[in-house]
Parts: sequence; C-alpha cells; structure tokens
Amino acid sequence: MAYLDHAATTPMLDEALEAYVATAREVGNASSLHAAGRRARRRVEESRERVAAVLGARPSEVIFTGGGTESDNLAVKGIFWARRAARPDRRRVVSSAVEHHAVLDAVDWLAQHEGAEVGWLPVDAVGRLDPQALRAELDAHADQVAVVTAMWANNEVGTVQPVAELAAVAAEHGVPFHTDAIQAVGQVPVDFGASGVAALTVTGHKLGGPTGVGALLLARDVPATPLLHGGGQERDIRSGTLDTAGIVAFAVAVETAVKGQQEYAARVAALRDDLIERVRQAVPEVIYNGDPTDRLPGNAHFSFPGCEGDALLLLLDAQGIACSTGSACSAGVAQPSHVLLAMGADDDRARSSLRFTLGHTSTQADIDALIAALPAAVDRARRAAALRTPR
Amino acid sequence: MRVLAAMSGGVDSAVAAARAVAAGHDVTGVHLALARNPQTYRTGARGCCTLEDSRDARRAADVIGIPFYVWDMADRFHEDVVDDFVAEYAAGRTPNPCLRCNEKIKFAAVLDRAVALGFDAVVTGHHARLGADGLLRRSVDLAKDQSYVLAVLTREQLDRSIFPLGDSTKAQVRTEAAERGLAVADKPDSHDICFIADGDTRGFLAGRLGEAPGDVVDASTGAVVGSHSGAYAYTVGQRRGLHLDRPAPDGRPRYVLSITPKTNTVTVGPAEALDVSDVHAVRPVWTGGVRPDAPVECEVQLRAHGDVVPATVALDGDRLHAELRRPVRGVAAGQAVVAYRPDPAGDVVLGSATITG
Repeated sequence: MAYLDHAATTPMLDEALEAYVATAREVGNASSLHAAGRRARRRVEESRERVAAVLGARPSEVIFTGGGTESDNLAVKGIFWARRAARPDRRRVVSSAVEHHAVLDAVDWLAQHEGAEVGWLPVDAVGRLDPQALRAELDAHADQVAVVTAMWANNEVGTVQPVAELAAVAAEHGVPFHTDAIQAVGQVPVDFGASGVAALTVTGHKLGGPTGVGALLLARDVPATPLLHGGGQERDIRSGTLDTAGIVAFAVAVETAVKGQQEYAARVAALRDDLIERVRQAVPEVIYNGDPTDRLPGNAHFSFPGCEGDALLLLLDAQGIACSTGSACSAGVAQPSHVLLAMGADDDRARSSLRFTLGHTSTQADIDALIAALPAAVDRARRAAALRTPR
Repeated sequence: MRVLAAMSGGVDSAVAAARAVAAGHDVTGVHLALARNPQTYRTGARGCCTLEDSRDARRAADVIGIPFYVWDMADRFHEDVVDDFVAEYAAGRTPNPCLRCNEKIKFAAVLDRAVALGFDAVVTGHHARLGADGLLRRSVDLAKDQSYVLAVLTREQLDRSIFPLGDSTKAQVRTEAAERGLAVADKPDSHDICFIADGDTRGFLAGRLGEAPGDVVDASTGAVVGSHSGAYAYTVGQRRGLHLDRPAPDGRPRYVLSITPKTNTVTVGPAEALDVSDVHAVRPVWTGGVRPDAPVECEVQLRAHGDVVPATVALDGDRLHAELRRPVRGVAAGQAVVAYRPDPAGDVVLGSATITG
C-alpha cells in the first residue's frame, strides 16, 4: 500500500509506541498520593517539561487534553467565555475562512448559542491570510474581540500562515491569539514563546504519537473557562484523570518530531517536489493548489479538471493508494472543500481536488505507485464526471 | 467481474454483496446518500436513507471485507424521483417512486457512473431472478418478489445487473445474514416511501403543492357531493377519507373513480364503476424476448403486489394495450402494467409500460 494520507494520521514512531506500552504496564493515577501515583505524576511532569522545552513554552503553559479538537474547543470557547465574563460587551470572535472544522464549528457554535459576533478573515488565492486584514478588523473592533483564532498551517492545501505577524497585530491590540498548529508541529519550526501567540493547539497522532492525546499551550496570563469540570487537573482548566501512557508517548513523539524537523522537512519536501513534478507530467492540466513556497513539506494538493475527487479516490484506493479529498461529513458524503471555496475556487474545482500528504515513513516507491496508477484513474474519473448532465 | 454492490443498509443488499464476493467477483460496496438532509428522511430501522442506514451498510461491507464508499445522489434523487413523484400526483396520476428510482437512479445514474469507473455490473438485493438466459423472473419468494419494480429496466440495464437473491426466500436471506455475521440480519423490512418520513403522503403532498380546495363530484349525477383540499391527494380506487357531505342515493360506498387536475375535481362512484378491462399505457419496454408484432397472450400485473390477471397485450409503436380477461378494480394512471409469461421456473417479465388510463 502507498500511504499518502499522513495529514489524516501518521504511523506512530517506534520510540513513542515503546514508551506507551512500557508506561501502560504501570499502575498509578497521577493524582494519587502514594508511590504509584507519584511515579505516574513524575512521568506526566517529565513529559510536560519535554513538550515545553522543544516548543518554546514553560511547563506550566502545557495543558494536556484529549487531542486537537478538544484543544481547539477549549481555546476558542474557553477564552471567549472567560473574557466575556470579565467584560460582557467583549463577544466578538475573529477567525479565518480556512480553519479546520474543530475551530470553524466551535466559532459557529458560539455565534449560534452564545451570541458571539464573528469577524471572518478572508484568504487570497493560495489560502494565505493577510495581517493587514486582521489589523483592519481589530482597529475597528478590538474592544469587543474576545479571541482571535487562525491556524498555523492549513490541513488541506498546506499553506503556512504568517502566524508571528498575525500574533503581533493581535498583541498590539491586546487581544489573545490562538493558533491551531496541529499540522505545523514537526513539519515547520514552531516556537510558542517566540511566535507571540497566547494559545497553541498540538496533537499527537499527526506527528507520530498516539491518537486521543494532545495539548493546549496556554500562556499563564490568558484566562480560559474549562469545558470539562471535575477533579481539577491541569490548572483546573482541564479535569479528567491524566492519560499517563498517552502523555508519555505524546511527549516522546513531539520531542522526536521537533528535534528532527529540519532533516525530516528536507527529505520529505524533496520527495513531495518529485511527486508534484511527476503528477504535472502525467496530468498536464492539473492545478496545483496552495502556497508554492510557504507550505508544509509533506503536502501536495491538486485539482484535476473534469474529475470528481471522490471518484479518483475510489479508483486509486482500488490500486492500493491512500489519499484524501479533504473533508467529509459524518455520512461520508463528500462536500466541496470550504478551504478551496474560500480561496476563490468554484464548486467544480473544489470537488475535483485531491490531497496527497507524505510523512516519516514515505518513500520513493509510494510516489512511483501513485504515478503508475494516476493517468488511468484520471481518465476513468473524467468519463464518470462527463455523465453529469448539465441542469 | 468488477462489480458495484449498492448497499442500502438493509439485510437484502448486504447478503447480495456477500454472495457476489462468494461468486468470485471483485466487489466494491456503495451506499447511496439520497437525502439532501438525512434528518428529514425516515429514521430508525425502516429506512434506507439515514445516517444509521449508512452506518449499517458500512458495517456490512466491513464484515464482508469489501471497500465501501458513500455516493451522493441526493440531487439526482430529488429531481428524478421526489420532484417526479410530486409532479405526477399534481397531474392526477399515482406514481411508483421505487420503480422510478430503479429506472433513473440505481440502474441509470449509478450504473452509468460505475461503468465509467471500470465496473462491469451493479449488484442489488432485489428479490428477482435474472439468469444466464437474460430473462427477468419473479423471485421464488412470491411475497417478496420485486420483479414488478424492475420490469421498467431495459435490455442494456439488465445486461449489467446482478440479482443474487432471486432463488432465495426472505427467511433464507435472513438466516444466511446471521450465519455470515451480518448485524442487519434482524433489521425490519422497509415498506413505506423512504422520503416521506412519517408515512403521511397526503401531508407531504400538501406541503409541496399547497392547499387547493375543490369539488368531489358524483359520476352518475354530476352533483357535488363533497369538497377536498387538494385533488392530488387522492388515488383511483380510494374509499377512505373522502368526507362526503351526502350519502349516495343507493346508500352504497363511494370510491374515487378519477382525478381531473384541470378542473381540480375528484369524481366518485360505486365500486363497479372502477372495473377496467382495457388498459392503455405508453413507453413500453420489452425485455422478454423479441418485441412482438402480434398480440401476446400473457398475464399482467397493474400495481406492486397487485393481482395478476390473464390478458392479451398488443404493442403499437410507443403504446401498449392490454385487454384483460376479467375486469380489475382501481387501475391508476402512473402505475406500471407489467406483462408476465407464466413459467414453472419463475414467471418471466415480458415487458412493461406506464398506464395512462
């Protein structure tokens, strides 16, 4: 199988898996007072320090969560609630049109159920945010803005955002800035402290750790109302028995991925560039989506004019090639990507797109397999799409 | 062969897909998402269009061990089946949406897409036989036989269709599903129209077509005997729900004899006035051999699960005429007339056409 969907999830690193299994064999609730509890707590705190150290945060700024969606919800809703509670007229959220649904739908929920007003920031044709648009938004509304949230790098088209510039604009206006860095950590340099952001989401399974564990890096001076109430773990911001084994493996994966980022990015970007070049040769009319330079090293995203992405996916899947159309709803029905639509693509181009993402286990053979199967798949998908009678 | 199994989430299509695998085919499962908004469609175990059904289909595909995808056919379904259903009622006819779905969606839009993507055929869980001779026959389980709603298929469509269940009874299918570890083995059958959540066809039509009050007229006297809030809500042969102001002079029950959209009139009369011996139909399809030049002695069925009567069927261009040996009550325009040739190995579908009167 040629696995070209590492942005969906990537295989666990051996060292993370071994750390997980070794820790999972040990008994101990990190909140218990006895020796077993203290041992578990020690593993958690060592992990917290490891994560903090490689991501430029202080250990006390690391809040372990159940993964990316929880971290995003905690940041968006938690900061909104806390800052609105301090000042009731502060009920505006600023976000971008290309966020992952974990942010997008959390913002929508605040608008639907909590009376939030939303300022949506547009993107350009490569999916990039303009710090001047944020400046204009905050010049007009800074007093009412509870939180700004914009992703570090886009999960679909791979575009890396000017996060430090955006965070600086928010800081100038005294507004906390959250960034979903799920796709960025381990792929591009990410330094929480140096970036100037107030909150940052990271998750394990995108960088070689386990699924179901992640963290929100949250600056000490940024208030957040908890989503989960209970035992008061994690600074009272995230209750719930700590997943010691998951956290240990997560920390190992974060540390390994961040320390190896440069070497990884160089190797994977070279493979990715080869993939792009050969896809263009095989299907000359292909449209390459996203920022050509400020881009995640493993991401290649194309529109195949005259094809439907889900037909291509089926045909490539039958040839043992795993890729993604971008987004899917719970019933599995492909919707046109909101990211591509925000970039100005029409419905057909959005529906004709496929994402190939490389990762730490990718090899040249994966790309060879894709290129061997792609032309026939495109040909068949085109014939299928031609059946759609205009209405 | 490379075949596409249409999987509704029910027991029949799951077993059909499993049998296609057992027969040596390279099978891919597809669930058709037909609802624009799944929540508005029938819920629970009776449906074929809900998220739960999609999940059931996916689990069946997992157990069978085949790839599985969801195809979004909601727009096509809405235009070709739901809108057609409403338009047919508005025109005073009584459509069969399952038949239309087979004709326009499963064995047209889906089949065409499958062929374009490199599949050789579509497999479904319909209860009907389609053997090496290419003839469509009734299922061995006459209570579950679905040859009527498949009779609209053309030769080209049948040549790319596989119905693995025709030689089995429903009970055998359920037993086999349980043996194969398919969780849908005990899932109840679907009965109602899948896009009318509560089974209230009249309410559904009223929502689409609005209230349109008009007269209910007695066929013999021409007198207005009642009123209605929309002629589209009535079906020929209907007795219940007429709400007549005056009983008939003879004191006998009244039935809907016809619907006239032009005047928005529902005409009622006694049961015997429903008797029909001549059935006229259009757009014939003939798959049971060479299209005949001379009238054919056969049997006809005039609605799903309806009685079968001997008849003489004649084709003339785009028209079909069936002369029934004994009169049948409540023949509704919009339904299909399906001609069968009795056969010990399963009655053979000769052809079908859409009833006009």
